[in-house]
Amino acid sequence: MRPESIQRVAAPLRALAQRFMFLFLLLAAGTILLIGKADPQFFERARIVVTDAFAPVLDAVSRPIATGTELIEEARYLIQLRAENIALRATNARLLQWQAAARALEAENTQLRDLLRFVPDQPVKYISARVIADSGGSFVRTMLVNAGRRDGVRKALPVVIGDGLIGRIVETGERVSRILLINDLNSRIPVTIGPNRHRAVLAGDNSSQPKAIYLAANIQLQRGARIVTSGQGGVFPPGLPVGIVASTGASGVRVETFVRTDRLDYVRILDFGLAGVLDGDRREDDAEY
Amino acid sequence: MKATIWQQIDVILRNMTPALVTLCLVVLGVMPLRLPEISTVAPPLVLMSVYYWSLHRTDLFPAIVVFGIGLFQDVLSGSPIGLNAFILLGVFGLCASQRRVFHGKSFLVVWWGFMVVAAGALAIEWILMSIVRETLISPQPVYFKYLMTIALYPPSAWLFARIHRSLPRMA
Repeated sequence: MRPESIQRVAAPLRALAQRFMFLFLLLAAGTILLIGKADPQFFERARIVVTDAFAPVLDAVSRPIATGTELIEEARYLIQLRAENIALRATNARLLQWQAAARALEAENTQLRDLLRFVPDQPVKYISARVIADSGGSFVRTMLVNAGRRDGVRKALPVVIGDGLIGRIVETGERVSRILLINDLNSRIPVTIGPNRHRAVLAGDNSSQPKAIYLAANIQLQRGARIVTSGQGGVFPPGLPVGIVASTGASGVRVETFVRTDRLDYVRILDFGLAGVLDGDRREDDAEY
Repeated sequence: MKATIWQQIDVILRNMTPALVTLCLVVLGVMPLRLPEISTVAPPLVLMSVYYWSLHRTDLFPAIVVFGIGLFQDVLSGSPIGLNAFILLGVFGLCASQRRVFHGKSFLVVWWGFMVVAAGALAIEWILMSIVRETLISPQPVYFKYLMTIALYPPSAWLFARIHRSLPRMA
């Protein structure tokens, strides 16, 4: 019965066990990273289950932060009130003109559809949701919203805010869904640019202005040309506004989008009833994420 | 006198404090802050917490806790699972093994150590992310993020030290 000698043996053994545990965990982390790279779907289900479980916490914590930032917004609005008022009156006058033009076009449209016996598209279903979490990393542009399968959200549905497209749903749990923003590295959206409808793909590169790639050569683009989804691939319906051309130069065609992280409170998820190439429930190897 | 059940619970909770603090920072880190481009330059508070607690209270902050927190952060933030676990474990390993170097030194030394560790951690995050996404990501946002991180370490360390004082002495 010699407790000291047992102590003398136990202490270095414990240190060895701790070091072994550390190396084992380090190796495990590396292995998980490799598995995740080789088979992205493997961990996605686990990820969404855990996120679902923490949804109430995220929802609750994000509310006071939302209130706090709302108060700051209010102060900012009050300061800029006068200037904003003048700008809004000018916009209003312009919009009234557009409204008249739109009415005329609508009338003409109805007549033409009648003539052609046109079959209208399916009605759009909207699901509104609040942003409850941002992505914490600097190389990942995703958001979590508090709408899930129980609200009718499915994978690959487009997500918009008032002005235009901001991303699509990549994961859905019971209560939360993850949105991949269009300026994330993984985001690729088929679009058309400008009045001549040049085909291109909008590729995010983690910056605030994604690039338009796969453009045909020798195409001259104007700054300010409108970019809308082309509907190819059946993922996004055609005609959704995506942004405008911000610059064309050495770094490629840069697009100014509607994604404003300082104003993303509520988003709308659109359900057009499409089932395109990214219908995750049917395809096994959705290697996008 | 045997400790009452409340005292035992108190001790258990106090011992879990570093892990709980870091977990709270993970949740805070993903909160939407409505500031333009904040997620690119927001300092990784979890990194600061892991650095601090690995250095000062390794007994309450074992490797398995760091691993779990790293995985949790990956799950919530949408990063490839295993990335933050790997980086945080690396920071933990470095700090836990170099504790004797920093024992009793002034705060500036600890801060300088953090600058080195943070640079390494952010660099490895950038490299691993580029490898996983198979594309060279622009390192531009990382520079500013690094400056924010090292600038915000002193106030965070002050906060952690306050919490540290309320914990039971090391065994």
